[in-house]
Amino acid sequence: MVAAETGLDLAWEGSSARLRLPARLELPAVGEAWRHLLPQLDRAKALVIEAKSLTSLDTAGAVLLLRLERAAPTEWQGLAEGPAKAMLERCRAALEGVKPPAPDNPLPPIAALGRSVVEAVRGLFTRIGFLGEVVVTFLGQLRRPGRFRFGELLRHLDEAGLRAFGLTILLGTLIGIILAFQSSIPMRQFGAEIFIPNLVGISLLRELGPLMAGIILAGRTGSAYAAELGTMVVNEEVDALGIIGISPLGWLVLPRLVAAIMVMPVLALLMDLTGLIGMAVVMASLGFTPIAVIHQLQTAVQLGDLAGGLFKAAAFGGAIGFVGCRAGLAAGRGPRAVGDAATSAVVAGIVAIVVLDGIFAILFFRLGW
Amino acid sequence: MAAESVIQVEDLKAAFGGRTIFENVSFEVKRGEIFVILGGSGSGKSTLLKHMIGLYRASAGKVVILGQEVGAVEGAARRALLRRIGVMWQSGALFGSLDLLGNVMVPLEEHSDLPEDARREVAQVKLGLVGLGDAARRLPAEISGGMAKRAGIARAMALDPPILFLDEPSAGLDPITSAGLDRLIKQLAKEMGTTFVVVTHELQSILAIGDRCIMLDKAAKGVIATGDPRRLREESTHPTVRAFFRREAMEE
Repeated sequence: MVAAETGLDLAWEGSSARLRLPARLELPAVGEAWRHLLPQLDRAKALVIEAKSLTSLDTAGAVLLLRLERAAPTEWQGLAEGPAKAMLERCRAALEGVKPPAPDNPLPPIAALGRSVVEAVRGLFTRIGFLGEVVVTFLGQLRRPGRFRFGELLRHLDEAGLRAFGLTILLGTLIGIILAFQSSIPMRQFGAEIFIPNLVGISLLRELGPLMAGIILAGRTGSAYAAELGTMVVNEEVDALGIIGISPLGWLVLPRLVAAIMVMPVLALLMDLTGLIGMAVVMASLGFTPIAVIHQLQTAVQLGDLAGGLFKAAAFGGAIGFVGCRAGLAAGRGPRAVGDAATSAVVAGIVAIVVLDGIFAILFFRLGW
Repeated sequence: MAAESVIQVEDLKAAFGGRTIFENVSFEVKRGEIFVILGGSGSGKSTLLKHMIGLYRASAGKVVILGQEVGAVEGAARRALLRRIGVMWQSGALFGSLDLLGNVMVPLEEHSDLPEDARREVAQVKLGLVGLGDAARRLPAEISGGMAKRAGIARAMALDPPILFLDEPSAGLDPITSAGLDRLIKQLAKEMGTTFVVVTHELQSILAIGDRCIMLDKAAKGVIATGDPRRLREESTHPTVRAFFRREAMEE
């Protein structure tokens, strides 16, 4: 039988096969031959390969011939010394002594669960250890403030703060408008629209301002910290810093952490103010003058609400900066590592601020603020 | 050997943002030869290579490979051209999410109709040829720089292309591995008629494998020497060329 396109000619004498090779056996023909010849040769007891006319053989062709050899005891005829034979022998040598790779054994589900729990607990411990290291480094820098990188701090203040202003203003205004508008619908049923400033003011200043600013910071800055530091880890820059004798924590983490802590109250305040302005716009559309809104706000909102919110914001900033830097420094190697670090920085950052927010809620309640 | 030329570079000029790297670079590469591009650091060797494979657009002049102008081919013709060249990148440029076997299989998947098991075996042979037969299941992040380089060569050779471009194949390798690589290159050139364009500054490698070479120079912004590297070493009168081959520090 002739496989016309491939030029390979297979003939049978009982259970022994005779294969005549064409002059060229190269990649374009090999796929076809592989699919058609190999299944047929299953029943062959012996194989004769006639290679008299073979002059040009590439790796794919050689691999096909070596595979045929394994299918049945093979006798070669007319394979002359030359490039084709050299190719065949080179490929034979390349395949020799290679153990077929062991299949990976997936863990049974319970063992996998156990492993992930152990890893999670271990991860928690290393996070606590990292927190301790950061604190120690911070205290060390307090004694020698000259070593703090103020230039770097300014750069991060600019990137995390100033460049986030536009986004913060936009989101703050929209959230103020949406909150005021949504609450005006049920309030109207009681003729209580005048209390919208109370509702929006308290929820913005105490909760939404810091939380939304935190989400902005986690998305913009936490991920950037993780990606920057992760890339530096992958490039071994962090190791290089350590060997030069510079603590990566003092050099890389502290400026970022301090910037995140400093920037967050500013972002939260901006969020609060623009949110209140948005609310005032909606109130104006409902027929309340700005004076009335301001008066209402003064009776409803106290300085403590604002101060508590801004304090929370600073704590959120610390958490986001910490989580981002830690995710970056813990990055593994390989191209996925940086992406994974950035993702986990955002996810863990948002989880951290919500958990912190809950803790603060209880704390403020107990303290009677 | 009937030496027909497979690559022609004509008056090539490379400039980035007004800064000229080199200009008036012209040469031909003939079938089956090992053509070496040499020069000191910053002389534009890798830039020249990237112009030759069409990654950078020439500021002036052109590069023709197998009768096709590299910057101008598009569509199916471009695909056919890409199928006939293989490139080994300076740092391997392996796909980090695939193991070495998977990396070598990528070009085979894209450009051939081989069934899966055939592709795997061809890839295994290629890894065996560069001495990585046992590392087929390792990920690029888990191997050394030298191994990444060799795996990069294996991937470049996956389709047995008639032209192979190698960017610094032996830099950073130990002398034994490097010599083994040189032998493999020579063998492929001789037996398969593969044409090699090799960018390197490893003297031993240049002298061992180079059939012909050109030397780029930063100060001259172009080619300062052409010919057989062994003859250049003996006969060249150009001070930079002499210094390069004798490993001398240049007088400033």
